[in-house]
Amino acid sequence: MTTFLQLMLNGLGKGAVFALLALGFVVIFKATEVVNFAHGSIVLFGGYIVLVTKDTIGWAGGAFLGILTAGVLALAVERLLLARSRHADPFSLALLTIGIDVIITEEIVRRLGVTVPFIGDAWDAKPIQLGGVTLFRTHLVALLVATVLITAFFFALRYTNWGIAMRAQAENREAAALVGIRSSRVTATVWLMAGLLAGIAVLFIATQDFSGAGLSRGTHSIALAAFPAAIIGGLDSTVGAIVGGITVGLVDALSTHYISFAFAKSAIFLVMLVVLIARPAGLFGTRETTRV
Amino acid sequence: MSRRLSWLPWLVIVLVALALPLYLDAQWLKAGQYMMIGAVGAIGLTLLSGQAGQLSLAHGFFLLVGATSYTVLSGDEEGLVGLGLDPLLSLVGAVAISALAGMAFAPVAGRVRGIYLGVASLSLVFLGLYLGQEAETLTGGTSTGRAPATFELFGFPFSNEGELVIAGVPIRGTERLWYLFLALLALSYWLARGAVRSRVGRSWRAVRDNEAAAAAMGVDVRRTKASVFAVSSGYAGLAGVMIVLWFDILKPDESEYGTYGINTSIAFLAMVIIGGLGSVTGAVIGALVVFGLPQVLTLYSTNLGWFTGSVTPVLVSSFVYGAAIVLVVLFEPGGLAAIGRRIRELRS
Repeated sequence: MTTFLQLMLNGLGKGAVFALLALGFVVIFKATEVVNFAHGSIVLFGGYIVLVTKDTIGWAGGAFLGILTAGVLALAVERLLLARSRHADPFSLALLTIGIDVIITEEIVRRLGVTVPFIGDAWDAKPIQLGGVTLFRTHLVALLVATVLITAFFFALRYTNWGIAMRAQAENREAAALVGIRSSRVTATVWLMAGLLAGIAVLFIATQDFSGAGLSRGTHSIALAAFPAAIIGGLDSTVGAIVGGITVGLVDALSTHYISFAFAKSAIFLVMLVVLIARPAGLFGTRETTRV
Repeated sequence: MSRRLSWLPWLVIVLVALALPLYLDAQWLKAGQYMMIGAVGAIGLTLLSGQAGQLSLAHGFFLLVGATSYTVLSGDEEGLVGLGLDPLLSLVGAVAISALAGMAFAPVAGRVRGIYLGVASLSLVFLGLYLGQEAETLTGGTSTGRAPATFELFGFPFSNEGELVIAGVPIRGTERLWYLFLALLALSYWLARGAVRSRVGRSWRAVRDNEAAAAAMGVDVRRTKASVFAVSSGYAGLAGVMIVLWFDILKPDESEYGTYGINTSIAFLAMVIIGGLGSVTGAVIGALVVFGLPQVLTLYSTNLGWFTGSVTPVLVSSFVYGAAIVLVVLFEPGGLAAIGRRIRELRS
């Protein structure tokens, strides 16, 4: 029983991080119908900035800078590249992000070389014993941060002007533009937000507690699990992103323990396949209707 | 150029390709063979993603299926599963098995589309990584791998065995493999062009443009998607057979970024995008760029000492094709094929 409880806690902690990544993904898709394949590289980029700055300006400063630059990078990608190809369809833009992903990832991996550094200094490898259960501080903080951010996001989506504009654009881009909502501003802010979330997520991913592996190509691969998280929940559902993220976290923790570490990654994707076969638009996604 | 002479460039290309082994070193031939592997795989992907509009990141997985199938069907080592079949039969069998594997993905492919499908197909890469490592009796495992049987055509071995001399040049393993790959590429190209121009190709494009409209016109959408997945995976399977013959070893990946992993899937996608989605000729040219560049840079760099430290030919090639994808989407969504078309129009 304690093992199971332990696994659930680990799963929730990981799930919170996947939820943050998936949420970044989903807001972009919701507002612009573009699937951002460069998400993993933005995660890596943020982590790299933390790594190179934390020794000079301290971990907290480095973390702040990392989050900020990840956001700015995402914003730059949108403003400088995607916004310039306004006539390209979402499919082509998704392909474009694959190109960006290749370039950024390869450069960061080259710079890292053979080092695999951990960057979650403030909470990494400081477990708390509670009865028979080990609480990893990384998971706890991740859960806390994710809860706060996600709650804030839903409040913003519900009550602020930005939230209304964002929902209006998701509903109908032309109609939103007609009533004076600036599409470019909404699009820019969702990219910025997704980048910031990616920058936050990497502080938890590249830790001893989370993956046992530091910043490397593997971080990009872990970030890829945000895909199944977003798809399981439904690519255009913000609630779905949270549910999907937690699901992926739990599946990962449980299958690692009960089957094998090597299988865990496949398990996440297999769950996604099952969900897709049962509900092609994900658990909470809008079903597509077609007209001829 | 008049329509009657349109075959002329092709004749020149074929003649040059046939003559190259008489002039080039073995290492350049190896590089050329690698490009041909890419071309065969890319043709398959351009049919799937370009003609039928189904994004796939699973090409690496089907390469692995083909590679493993060939090795298992033709091999007969102690302690490993092997049927010891005739290599040609094994090659055909490997393509068939890969096509069936693609068809088995149809329940998913039939239900989800576009980007969803692309992400769903990613799962196959992870499945392949896991199975490749676990099924050691088939793949030989990550530590040692497994040697494929030498390809033979009616008793003629594609190795250094036996003497064969053309125009004073000994035709050994590398040269023979060149001709084999060239034949496979020509066949792949010809079949794909035929499919694109025929009823099958029209049904693929109908499904791509509008599934509902296609169904209304009598196209069986599910069957069409399953068929294009089968065809595309068959091509990937053939590329997989070629890749084990090229490496002369089947070695399952240790991470998802190996020979049969995500990076390979993305590289194939890059070829197809650079060449122009849906264009068979474009896919071949895209393969020359994406698979050719690291090979050519490697060969040059050893002679010239261009690359030092962490900047490797593979890295530079990744930058080039990453940037090429971005540029193509921004400035020429039709890829090289569209540029070619425009040049032809200007001249006529």
